[in-house]
Amino acid sequence: MPKTEELQDLVVQVRRDILRMVHKVNSGHPGGSLGCTEFFVALYNEIMDLKDGFDMDGIGEDLFFLSNGHISPVFYSVLARKGYFPVEELNTFRLIDSRLQGHPTTHEGLPGIRVASGSLGQGMSVAIGAALAKKLNGDDHLVFSLHGDGELQEGQNWEAIMFAAGNKVDNLIATVDRNGQQIDGGTEDVLPLGDVAEKFKVFGWDVLEIENGNDLKQVIAGLNEAKSRTGKGKPVCVVMTTEMGNGVDFMMHTHAWHGKAPSDEQLAIALEQNPETLGDY
Amino acid sequence: MTKYTDQGKQDTRSGFGAGMTELGRTNPNVVALCADLIGSLKIETFIEENPKRFFQVGIAEANMMGIAAGLTIGGKIPFASSFANFATGRVYDQIRQSIAYSDKNVKICASHAGLTLGEDGATHQILEDIGLMKMLPGMTVINPCDYNQTKAATIAIAEHHGPVYLRFGRPKVANFTPVDQTFEIGKALMLSEGTDVTILATGHLVWQALLAAENLENQGISAEVINIHTIKPLDDKAILDSVKKTGCVVTAEEHNYLGGLGESVARVLATHHPTPQEFVATQDTFGESGTPDQLMEKYGLNNKAIEAAVLKVLKRK
Repeated sequence: MPKTEELQDLVVQVRRDILRMVHKVNSGHPGGSLGCTEFFVALYNEIMDLKDGFDMDGIGEDLFFLSNGHISPVFYSVLARKGYFPVEELNTFRLIDSRLQGHPTTHEGLPGIRVASGSLGQGMSVAIGAALAKKLNGDDHLVFSLHGDGELQEGQNWEAIMFAAGNKVDNLIATVDRNGQQIDGGTEDVLPLGDVAEKFKVFGWDVLEIENGNDLKQVIAGLNEAKSRTGKGKPVCVVMTTEMGNGVDFMMHTHAWHGKAPSDEQLAIALEQNPETLGDY
Repeated sequence: MTKYTDQGKQDTRSGFGAGMTELGRTNPNVVALCADLIGSLKIETFIEENPKRFFQVGIAEANMMGIAAGLTIGGKIPFASSFANFATGRVYDQIRQSIAYSDKNVKICASHAGLTLGEDGATHQILEDIGLMKMLPGMTVINPCDYNQTKAATIAIAEHHGPVYLRFGRPKVANFTPVDQTFEIGKALMLSEGTDVTILATGHLVWQALLAAENLENQGISAEVINIHTIKPLDDKAILDSVKKTGCVVTAEEHNYLGGLGESVARVLATHHPTPQEFVATQDTFGESGTPDQLMEKYGLNNKAIEAAVLKVLKRK
């Protein structure tokens, strides 16, 4: 089976994981998680150069930082299915005494997580710091990060965007999930972000766009293109358009599923639309 | 009592700068960040000698704290520096999530703490930073008393794994601790033994406590002076050993009485050995413009205020 077909099976299985995780605890954020499933699957299984096992310093491998930590379900599922921790542990999401906290943390020692996130707007600064450490260490691996579009309303991002360009942090690929939605509605209604790509450009970044972030082939091609643009004196931004709730028809084209779990009936319908491929946890 | 001599007035921030210079030469993992205040933080020599290990972030403290957190991933030991106000309150959530909760080995180095930065006024003074920082789980909080101790503390925290808040100041004050004194985090220093009252002081107030003790001695009052340079973890044993002997205590700090050293001491005493205590601290107020000496006088943070507090607490024994 060609690699992309295998990965497509993984995408569907990760969607099932997300839905089952949030359903079990009747909380969590399925919308953004489903929208970024292709991105996470591609990143961890096709794009990043990763060592076996996990150590915090990550010297000699690519690193990833999730800034919009509320989409932890997709992060946890992809990490587990990559082998960072047992997939059965997805059963403990958001439960007491779990390593799978509502938002990702390092506190409980979950392999794969290098910084806490959830309070928005902080991930790009951390990714820049890790990228600078790589340069100091003579480590030519890359640092990837993911940011929600609504999250760009936090001012710290613009401090970081200015710094990365001014200091030629060209081993950093920051992806913006441009799903156009946030808790209170569309991003352009809540506080208009305007042309995100243009904003990064005028701040001095090299910017490329992925038109359909829910097309696995496009995501892989876009991220490979982004990699090819590193090391040229500019940080790289990928503006990736996605559909929140992708893969579950009633969760798409709305912000309603940002932070809401499906009912028993809704879960059954959603899982029917995403038949088991690699085995449920 | 032991006599301490002022070896010549110096600012504690220059002690920080000297410590950074030494770390630059001895520890290749130490990196420094600053938010457009290089001259105020006295780190010019570190930057000159280690240009690749210094990051100028501009007037963007939130980004500085995040970058510092990221630099630890890869084994660096970042010293992120600014004024105490902008290194704590302004960026509390960045410190909380990206540094403290994430257990990152970042050293937050804060100059111009308290009232004594003087004329700039309350926007630049901070009297709440110890409270803010000590409430963060896992955060070590250090407030050295003079140039020598600030230099020693700067060097010592590089060897300690975990987030640290190091607080120091702007004015030139007495430099009286031995130049070769090693700095042990969490270990209070007995400066002067006494039997009638314990004075627990931190930061700039330690020298004032010594001046007060000398005057009290002339009045026949034997004061024990302990330098609490580490507010968290607090040296409970040193405090309890002393108050069990003296039976009363005065705490002295350039900070609000809410959230400062005094409250930490009160918790220890209330739990283990209830003891009359008086607080030399600001009384839930902002500061204002003025010279450092004027401000310390007006807000009751000098040797005279400590003496008055001692006389008051002695009556409560």
